[in-house]
Amino acid sequence: MLIFEHSRPGRRNYSQSPAAAASTAKIPQNLLRKSPVLLPEVSEMDTVRHYTRLSQKNFSIDTEFYPLGSCTMKYNPRACNSLAMLPQFLSRHPLAPEDTGQGFLACMYELQETLKAVTGMAGVSLTPMAGAQGELIGVMMIRAYHESRGDFARTEIIVPDAAHGTNPATAVMCGFKVVEIATDKEGNVDLAALKAAVGPQTAGLMLTNPSTLGVFEKNVAEMSRVVHQAGGLLYYDGANLNAVLGKVKPGDMGFDVIHINLHKTFSTPHGGGGPGSAPVGVAERLLPFMPIPIVAKEGDTYRWISEKEKPQSIGRLSAHMGNAGVLLRAYIYIRLLGMHGMHRISEFATLNANYLMAELSKAGFEIAYPTRRASHEFIVTLKDIKDKTGVTAMNLAKRLLDKGYHAPTTYFPMLVPECLLIEPAETESKETLDAFVKSMKEILQEIELQPDLVKGAPHTMPVRKLDDVKAARELDLAWKPSA
Amino acid sequence: MPFIPHTEEDIAEMLASIGAKTIEELFDEIPKELVSGELTGVPPGLSEMEITRLMMERATTDGFYQNFIGAGAYEHHIPAAVWQITTRGEFYSSYTPYQAEASQGTLQLLYEYQTMMASLTGMDVSNASMYDGATALAEAALMAVRSHKSSRRILIPKTVHPVYRQVVRAIVSNQKIEVVELPFNTQSGQVEPESLSGFANEDFAALVISQPNFFGVLEQVDALTDWAHSKNAFAIGVVNPTALALLTPPGEWGSKGADIAVGEGQPLGIPLSSGGPYFGFMACKNDLVRQMPGRIIGRTTDLDNKPGFVLTLQAREQHIRRSKATSNICTNQGLMVTAATIFMSLLGPEGLRRVAAQSHANTLELVEQLEKINGVKRAFSGPVFHEAALTLSAPVAEILSKLKQKGILGGLDLQGHYPELGNALLVCATETKTTNDLQSYAEALKHALG
Repeated sequence: MLIFEHSRPGRRNYSQSPAAAASTAKIPQNLLRKSPVLLPEVSEMDTVRHYTRLSQKNFSIDTEFYPLGSCTMKYNPRACNSLAMLPQFLSRHPLAPEDTGQGFLACMYELQETLKAVTGMAGVSLTPMAGAQGELIGVMMIRAYHESRGDFARTEIIVPDAAHGTNPATAVMCGFKVVEIATDKEGNVDLAALKAAVGPQTAGLMLTNPSTLGVFEKNVAEMSRVVHQAGGLLYYDGANLNAVLGKVKPGDMGFDVIHINLHKTFSTPHGGGGPGSAPVGVAERLLPFMPIPIVAKEGDTYRWISEKEKPQSIGRLSAHMGNAGVLLRAYIYIRLLGMHGMHRISEFATLNANYLMAELSKAGFEIAYPTRRASHEFIVTLKDIKDKTGVTAMNLAKRLLDKGYHAPTTYFPMLVPECLLIEPAETESKETLDAFVKSMKEILQEIELQPDLVKGAPHTMPVRKLDDVKAARELDLAWKPSA
Repeated sequence: MPFIPHTEEDIAEMLASIGAKTIEELFDEIPKELVSGELTGVPPGLSEMEITRLMMERATTDGFYQNFIGAGAYEHHIPAAVWQITTRGEFYSSYTPYQAEASQGTLQLLYEYQTMMASLTGMDVSNASMYDGATALAEAALMAVRSHKSSRRILIPKTVHPVYRQVVRAIVSNQKIEVVELPFNTQSGQVEPESLSGFANEDFAALVISQPNFFGVLEQVDALTDWAHSKNAFAIGVVNPTALALLTPPGEWGSKGADIAVGEGQPLGIPLSSGGPYFGFMACKNDLVRQMPGRIIGRTTDLDNKPGFVLTLQAREQHIRRSKATSNICTNQGLMVTAATIFMSLLGPEGLRRVAAQSHANTLELVEQLEKINGVKRAFSGPVFHEAALTLSAPVAEILSKLKQKGILGGLDLQGHYPELGNALLVCATETKTTNDLQSYAEALKHALG
């Protein structure tokens, strides 16, 4: 039932809004609204029940294991939420003077410094509000760098074929042409193809390392040399930073600009699809182009750096400073973990991934890159199973929902057929991983004995398989009251 | 080990299964010369008790103020239920609803949100939200250019939020789209529809219309919308969602209605929080839906013909279309929209109307009281919603500093964005202010100017 279907004309929550209806006589008649607003008329209790019940129709980290590759679904510590929601932080207006927010700004400054330390970059700006916006800002800085040197010929961005869809989409949004390069059999970027692709037209290369294939790009130093020699810059997509935190720094690998998904590596909540936050880090030569604002510290005082001090900045990319509340949560998480905790993130994420890969391999699943170490994630391919039984990766994914597990990432990266990209994250226990393997084995048996059971999954969710084609053909994007 | 459950025994068993001796060995594919040492720049870890102490101290340092600043972010009462429900783990820690059957809660909520926003803006359809108001406007400009096909120019009045204009410029200039600024009447604080006659021979993909505008002044939206359409340009409304409970929605502006409506969703139950996370909303007419960026939820049926909800029109999006997507965006502001949907449900149509009307009335009362003070004048003659620009007889920065010492944040100094307006101050009093608060502000300002 929709909230609108609980609505009764004239029902209202009297505590939640002003007691009197103030006059609007000073607003010109022709500007006043004549049509009704379709908001529900429901009691507070109806509202609370309705949305509590809706919440119970969701999978979440707090209720299920989420081996969702490339998404780093780790536990979101509760303290990060409650401390970021202290009333003083919540009530502070974004345009309030700096001296009324020294406590908040101290957190932001220290967050910037810590992110610099863990990535090996020379500067960090906290403004990007999501991974894709971090990418946009990063690529804009690459463009600004070339143009500041009078080099307008660099019109191409190179992207490996295993990259997230946001990489090519971002490059196009920035006005670049996308050149895709292939991956070799071992899961590395094809170095010969890269060498052939670079030239005076190359603005940069966008790379995720470890890649979305779940392996470390062994030739990264050579790739860096090739791109730099051609005059291009290197962009690090921080989607998989969780795998190498404390082991290698993007700055040491030769990257000029990076974004860091705080909603992955630094455990801010995914919130059903956002808000994210993706600070960008830059090497020395890109410092002048960073987006504003950035926090500066002078003596014991914190303040915002604005346009005047950064005349070459690519500018502002949000109405205020970015997703402050998300940044606070990441800051609190970092302080809880500390230096040793940072190191342990990648260690245990990698241990969990390699253990799960070993166990699933022993259980009879085909690993896409069996000769490689898993990073914090790995790929299982169901190509043979599909050829023999017709059961697809999507079918298996949906059957996992019945077993109480969120599905792994399916059909990404696109170059491995019938793939499941599996990332357990460091916060899961061995028992959880073992139980997951047990369920995967059960499904393997079901595929053999009752393939239709798997093909018809899910069976235990609030709804069965939904008709996507109908959704796109007969668009129903808003409820309408029946006449 | 914080947030890592492994016992020594677990580690040993797991390594044995993998066939490795140490965890370190699992990183043996990383070239040695790239391996970094200890992360010395990171401070040692704190216990939950210690970080609680630290954050409480910092919050206390920041304290509380009587806030009269608006300028794109507005203080409103947020019912207790909003964030108690929103931070339930099932909403807070869930992923983007790609697995529809396991995400019906979030998906249905987003469908309800789209319904509410489409109605509030008077449009046919709404997406599931964008990053914030400024980026929503930039995406609307891109959408207008994509749909228009012949013009790559956007006309934006200087009465639109100055930072929104900066953000639009930063984003659309990547695609060689030109932003043309339209001056305003410095007497009324409005865009004069007559001033558009100067653009009679120029082409535009869209005209942006802000209601209310950055000064809180109400624009002549009907004439502006009709002008855009007479030029074969799209009309993009930038609107305050609270105001929409009182004001004609963009979908009903002029003879045909605006084509795209965007704005900052923060007033709908999102705390001020130093600027974020907020959410941008975007709604449009049916014929533009396939050019709309961002997540869109549709209602459909399952195998048993039971209603259910899915992400739809995904063929527009980056994970399918890659370089040919309508935008690189791959999130919405899910949790913020969860709060906004609960907020709108709790307030209902009459509650939201009262919040809007009381905010309007409080601002008028504040302005009336301040105008009585020697050296304070209204900057513009145009009618206002819940914000107004004043001119002072002294530099605004000095006055604000004096007010701050009394615990009052007296508004936004317009010197930075509009130096041509002289000593101009933008004030806002929402429904959260009592008569007493307004009087205290008036007394403090009188004292500061005196």
